[in-house]
Amino acid sequence: MEKFTVLDGLVAPLDRANVDTDAIIPKQFLKSIKRTGYGDNCFDAWRYLDVGEPGKDNSKRPLNPEFVLNQPRYRGASILLARKNFGCGSSREHAPWALLEYGFRCVIAPSFGDIFYTNCLKNGLLPVVLGEAEVEGLFRDCFAQPGFRLVVDLPAQTVATADRAKVFRFEIAPTPKYMLVNGLDEIGLTLRHADKIRAFEARRRAELPWLFR
Amino acid sequence: MGRTLYDKLWDSHVVHVEDDGTALLYIDRHLVHEVTSPQAYEGLKLAGRKPWRPDSVIATADHNTPTTGWERGIAGIEDPVSRLQVETLDANIREFGARAYFPFLDARQGIVHVIGPENGATLPGMTVVCGDSHTSTHGAFACLAFGIGTSEVEHVLATQCLVARKMKNMRVTVEGELSPGVSAKDVILAVIGRIGAAGGTGCAIEFAGSTIRALSMEGRMTICNMAIEAGARAGLVAVDETTISYLRGRPFAPTGADWDAAVAYWRTLVSDPDARFDREVTLDARAIAPQVTWGTSPEMVVSVEDRVPEPDRERDPVRREGMARALAYMGLAPGTPIQSIRVDKVFIGSCTNSRIEDLRAAAAVVAGRRVAKNVRLAMVVPGSGQVKAQAEREGLDRIFREAGFEWRQPGCSMCLAMNADRLEPGERCGSTSNRNFEGRQGAGGRTHLVSPAMAAAAAIAGHFVDVRDWR
Ligand code: SF4
Repeated sequence: MEKFTVLDGLVAPLDRANVDTDAIIPKQFLKSIKRTGYGDNCFDAWRYLDVGEPGKDNSKRPLNPEFVLNQPRYRGASILLARKNFGCGSSREHAPWALLEYGFRCVIAPSFGDIFYTNCLKNGLLPVVLGEAEVEGLFRDCFAQPGFRLVVDLPAQTVATADRAKVFRFEIAPTPKYMLVNGLDEIGLTLRHADKIRAFEARRRAELPWLFR
Repeated sequence: MGRTLYDKLWDSHVVHVEDDGTALLYIDRHLVHEVTSPQAYEGLKLAGRKPWRPDSVIATADHNTPTTGWERGIAGIEDPVSRLQVETLDANIREFGARAYFPFLDARQGIVHVIGPENGATLPGMTVVCGDSHTSTHGAFACLAFGIGTSEVEHVLATQCLVARKMKNMRVTVEGELSPGVSAKDVILAVIGRIGAAGGTGCAIEFAGSTIRALSMEGRMTICNMAIEAGARAGLVAVDETTISYLRGRPFAPTGADWDAAVAYWRTLVSDPDARFDREVTLDARAIAPQVTWGTSPEMVVSVEDRVPEPDRERDPVRREGMARALAYMGLAPGTPIQSIRVDKVFIGSCTNSRIEDLRAAAAVVAGRRVAKNVRLAMVVPGSGQVKAQAEREGLDRIFREAGFEWRQPGCSMCLAMNADRLEPGERCGSTSNRNFEGRQGAGGRTHLVSPAMAAAAAIAGHFVDVRDWR
């Protein structure tokens, strides 16, 4: 996993609530057995005017000029500003894979779908929860100021405007934070506890043997 | 102080806790399907790791599999990308092993959330995970069941554990008797309508009350299935006689002395009377009418006697915008009576409503009638090979076929339209599935979530009708 420490990035605003993982990456792209190749189909149904299919040459497809991420001013954005319950719906990890490949390293929203939130953490995409009023303010700033950037500092757990006129603190549990900051492999970390797992399993097998038949 | 059912399930699976509360949770049952597992097995291979406990794995292919053309074998999966995914699962199970595998074309193949319970592979007191958000379904058996992502699938394969943080306790209590024609699906849609699509975020929801206790296991599964649509990763129902009698004699359920010991343990899987919940919501079952969603989130739901709401009356600007956008997508005018909405297709199936009881409820409505002329396709997709066989023994397939329904092979089918079953742009569907998201059943398709009886009645009438007036 790629490390995440401090990100100074252009912000793109996605002004709708309950954006689900079907919208982030539609199901026809889930048939791949790989972890890559999803970026060009991120938000496919909103981003293009035609219907996307695997194998289509995306560079030749008509873009939807109305879709916010297609506006030139948000090209190269690495921070996605979103509304509540972002990433609700299916467990597909293809959603964070697609967002990362698109170029996002951070999503800021008042709340996230639980599974999506976890999936982000495992892939180096930082989900930041801020208060509804704070997010509302950032949306206003983002619309009003072309080139609006934010600095997301994971070690300090802050989101700040470039001039530091606004500095918001966000919460994240220490364990995932440690993994993100150091870019660590979670399975390797867990296997340090292999003896404990084996002991737990042996106890469980003795107490509830039918679970192991 | 007393503990909730969730507390008990959590406590009994903690292997290790970090100072910040992040825990290693032991996983008893791992359900695997073809869409969210290939990258996990690949990761395992690349790292040179072996699965910790292959006998905890139950696998099936369900999302991509076709519902017709089975006589052509694997060649019946026409889309080569889908076929590769199904074949990749075959190869991975061959290489890494499983307690049981119900591959494409197997008599016991089916939707992963249908086959686990019907085979007794889902048992009270277990932790059950699957790379699929509707794993919440299994919580109907008082097990801690939730969906995980592909990295977590790999993590569970490699370590038999999941890194997790304890959720909050929420209880939804439903009291009273349901009116005839009102089902578990209507209850859970009404709950989501009340608390919202993010109402249970960060929580495990225990469903309790006399209404829930009166439901069959099938009904309880329908309720827990859609806990995720209320934002809750897990749904739960306490163990009672209904749970125990459902499990007796199932292929993977314990037998003999094991059975007695298991049942004694299972009976402890209830919330203590003095347990405290972080959030409580109560609903009156008698006030619940058949529900129909009108928008693109399951929280956008009204009773069948209502009208499509008017965004202009909504004060919150974000909600108003969302409503207007949903209505535009759905091609509906504000104020339209729900019962005047005509449907082009009807889908009876999915892990929400494809069990035998669902098919019986739909068949009871359909019997002796004909699908309306304006309905281009009405299809029934049983949840599993076993459900299909049972329905055929009861003659339900004949009832559906004679009415003009298509009777298909089991799988996820038009719930998410990864196979050939889908809506065309602009088509409107009465569906017993769980998600009405934009494009869920096909790009540009319009989904109205309803119960099996309501879907069946819509197929016959050609538009939504109140099944309480039916008969
Ligand atoms: S039936 Fe639908 S919701 Fe259920 S597992 Fe299949 S695709 Fe997912």
